[in-house]
Amino acid sequence: MSGVASTAPAKIAVSDLSVTFAQGRRRVAAVKSVSFAVEPLESFGLVGESGSGKSTVLRAICGLAPVSGGDIRIDGQAIPQPRDKAFARRVQMVFQDPYGSLHPRHTIDRVLSEPLAIHRFSDREDRVVQALKDVGLDARFRFRLPHQLSGGQRQRVAIARALIVEPEILLLDEPTSALDASIQAEVLNLLTRLREERSLTFIMVSHDLAVIDHMCERLLVMRGGEAVEALDRASLADRQVRSDYTRDLLTASEGYKR
Amino acid sequence: MSDVPAPSGAGGLSAWLTTDTPRSRFQARAINLWFAWRSLVRNPLAVIGLLIIAALILMAVFAPLIATDPPNQQDLANRLMPPGFQGHLLGTDELGRDIWSRIVFGSRVTLQVVALVAVTAPVFGLIVGTVAGTLGGWTDRVLMRITDIFLAFPRLILALAFVAALGPGIVNAIFAIALTAWPPYARVARAETLTVRRADYIAAARLQGAGTLRIITGHIMPMCLSSLIIRVTLDMAGIILTAAGLGFLGLGAQPPLAEWGAMISTGRQFLLSQWWVATMPGLAILAVSLGFNLLGDSLRDVLDPRGAQR
Amino acid sequence: MSPAPLLDVENLRVRFETNRGVTEAVRGVSFTVGRERVGIVGESGSGKSMTGRAILRLVRPPGIAVADRLAFDGTELQSLSERQMRTVRGRRIAMVMQDPKYSLNPVMRVGRQMTEALKVHERIATREARSRALEMLADVQIRDPERVFSAYPHELSGGMGQRVMIAMMLIPRPDLLIADEPTSALDVTVQLEVLRILDDLVKDRGMGLIFISHDLRLVSTFCDRVLVMYLGRIVEEIDAARLHEATHPYTRGLLNCLPEVGGSRAPLPVLHRDAAWA
Repeated sequence: MSGVASTAPAKIAVSDLSVTFAQGRRRVAAVKSVSFAVEPLESFGLVGESGSGKSTVLRAICGLAPVSGGDIRIDGQAIPQPRDKAFARRVQMVFQDPYGSLHPRHTIDRVLSEPLAIHRFSDREDRVVQALKDVGLDARFRFRLPHQLSGGQRQRVAIARALIVEPEILLLDEPTSALDASIQAEVLNLLTRLREERSLTFIMVSHDLAVIDHMCERLLVMRGGEAVEALDRASLADRQVRSDYTRDLLTASEGYKR
Repeated sequence: MSDVPAPSGAGGLSAWLTTDTPRSRFQARAINLWFAWRSLVRNPLAVIGLLIIAALILMAVFAPLIATDPPNQQDLANRLMPPGFQGHLLGTDELGRDIWSRIVFGSRVTLQVVALVAVTAPVFGLIVGTVAGTLGGWTDRVLMRITDIFLAFPRLILALAFVAALGPGIVNAIFAIALTAWPPYARVARAETLTVRRADYIAAARLQGAGTLRIITGHIMPMCLSSLIIRVTLDMAGIILTAAGLGFLGLGAQPPLAEWGAMISTGRQFLLSQWWVATMPGLAILAVSLGFNLLGDSLRDVLDPRGAQR
Repeated sequence: MSPAPLLDVENLRVRFETNRGVTEAVRGVSFTVGRERVGIVGESGSGKSMTGRAILRLVRPPGIAVADRLAFDGTELQSLSERQMRTVRGRRIAMVMQDPKYSLNPVMRVGRQMTEALKVHERIATREARSRALEMLADVQIRDPERVFSAYPHELSGGMGQRVMIAMMLIPRPDLLIADEPTSALDVTVQLEVLRILDDLVKDRGMGLIFISHDLRLVSTFCDRVLVMYLGRIVEEIDAARLHEATHPYTRGLLNCLPEVGGSRAPLPVLHRDAAWA
């Protein structure tokens, strides 16, 4: 985690990020002064339970949540607000709910062609076919509608859609929480493989410590909008944690003790 | 998780429509429509509604072949004759014109009204509603207040005012009706937009770099279509009645144009003695309104629950 | 070997006949439950929730549930009329479902919902029903039972709502509790608390428990016996303590595909479904 400071800036640097939502007259602080840095090609995890603000951090990076304080930098540079097309080519996101992240009336072909059309890619036909192959989906899924696909298949399409514009950074918001355990394993393996093949940087959000441990090298535990503890994988496995909350999460991941 | 059906028949079209592996966007859409159709016709009331509307369309298209006499041909010697008299299926009116033929040709006018209003008002309302719902803020407020102003007036009164200003005539009447019919569609579209706006697929589209126009037309509008179609179908009855009302007041179709409302108006004076002059066109309006209502109700069953589940 | 089982299910089948064809959710499931904890584990589409509902005869048309034998405490449930079934439901067999947001009436205060159920099953005065409800709320470790009693469901957190659900279901002192994913909608730390409460109550009252879940690890640590379901059939029945000795490839696959803290970083073993399992 610490060490010799490198001259290259962190891929993603989040400093003192705060996100506050206004609900009528009330102000809800979803994220309170959270800081972390993600190195290039690294897979970084954000762990927490509901209300921890972990998903909100991702949305703030994407411009989907209003930043009320702090700073987000990618490759050392500030990001334009509102996010422009160049940003879309560098940062993409996979959402949690496979049933909500694909437009119910668009065929898979349309889902995958649209980003290509927006960014004016050539040879779209080939790219769509290749994208489906890359995520392990047969060509016969191409013109189906989302409701004809299973949860795992939809999530694969969501991943294909995110990667079809060739981003450098992939944000993953609980990508497997809504999936069965066996499908989860397939999707996690797919993500790992794609990360290697395409030299991606990941930020992964999950409530499942085991999933984060498997997928990420370093992680940040969040609770109630605040950062609790930053860890790396080795410390987690050795149970060398400083905070009681992290310890509780670890215990909970091992099942029930009668 | 997929509930795709098994291929049914040996016919090429049948297999094409029931395959679970569509080969093009067109095929996928056709398959979807086919299943919606199958669902719809399972309901006997829907079938009745469809038949009535089909009859209306056929009547309008083949009017010269179905009518027994030219609609405006007067025969004063045989005025106000009862149904069945000398081949006049539904009798004659106060100028001796064959009522059946006038109703048949009047269907063209009715269809004209329905088609033009259905094409203009919902489209305009859809645009206003989705833009207001998507952009929010002042755009939303201003557009909705304008909508409210139009909504505040009873439809017939507003249509009356427009026609009075523009002058009587069927085209002006249609224009006036369309002007008063769009506000509910704007409200419906806006309500749907507000729900759809928060979905992940919209966020994903934004993240892809889609501009607001693409999101509204490609993502939000398709989701509003079901509600809108249902609403339009159910409104048709009201629109026909408004057109008839305007005709009744002499502000819609002008004589000698055969329009069902105008026919009721002139037949009113003979209601007690020669009842068929007013009643026959009235029954025609009743039948067509019923047809649209039945269809609209059944469409709601077919389109809505799917929308909710998928 | 032991006294007559509390629940005896033989060849349970649940099928749905729709205009798109027949779907069989449960295809010949047989098992018994005594005063012990039985876990039913399966993925989505395995038919585990349908099994739970079928026991309580809550499968409504177009679903049809039939069994060769569906006996509770000696009585054949399929021969009971709907009215007689209502005296069984809640009173003798209770069910706790996944999300208190959807299983508690949002426009009724919690206390009223609890006493309402009680007064249906036993003819007691409102005051007595209230004190029993408050007692039950205390039993599920709710620190301020009076406040929760007069609160609306949306004012409670997920964990508290689920505890209220459990309290409500256990007031009439049923013999068998069917818990359908009771902790899946809760945060991980809250899950353990709620399970602890369930654990204590089931133990103290000597109840039978059917714990339905997709989480094999959780079920294996919480229950005595585990039934693994796949596509409507039970593919394995094993003591929870001996789960690692499971023989069926589906069970082994499920066990192996889960990531663990401190586990290997190699790709997770993937479950290869064999059509022969169904």
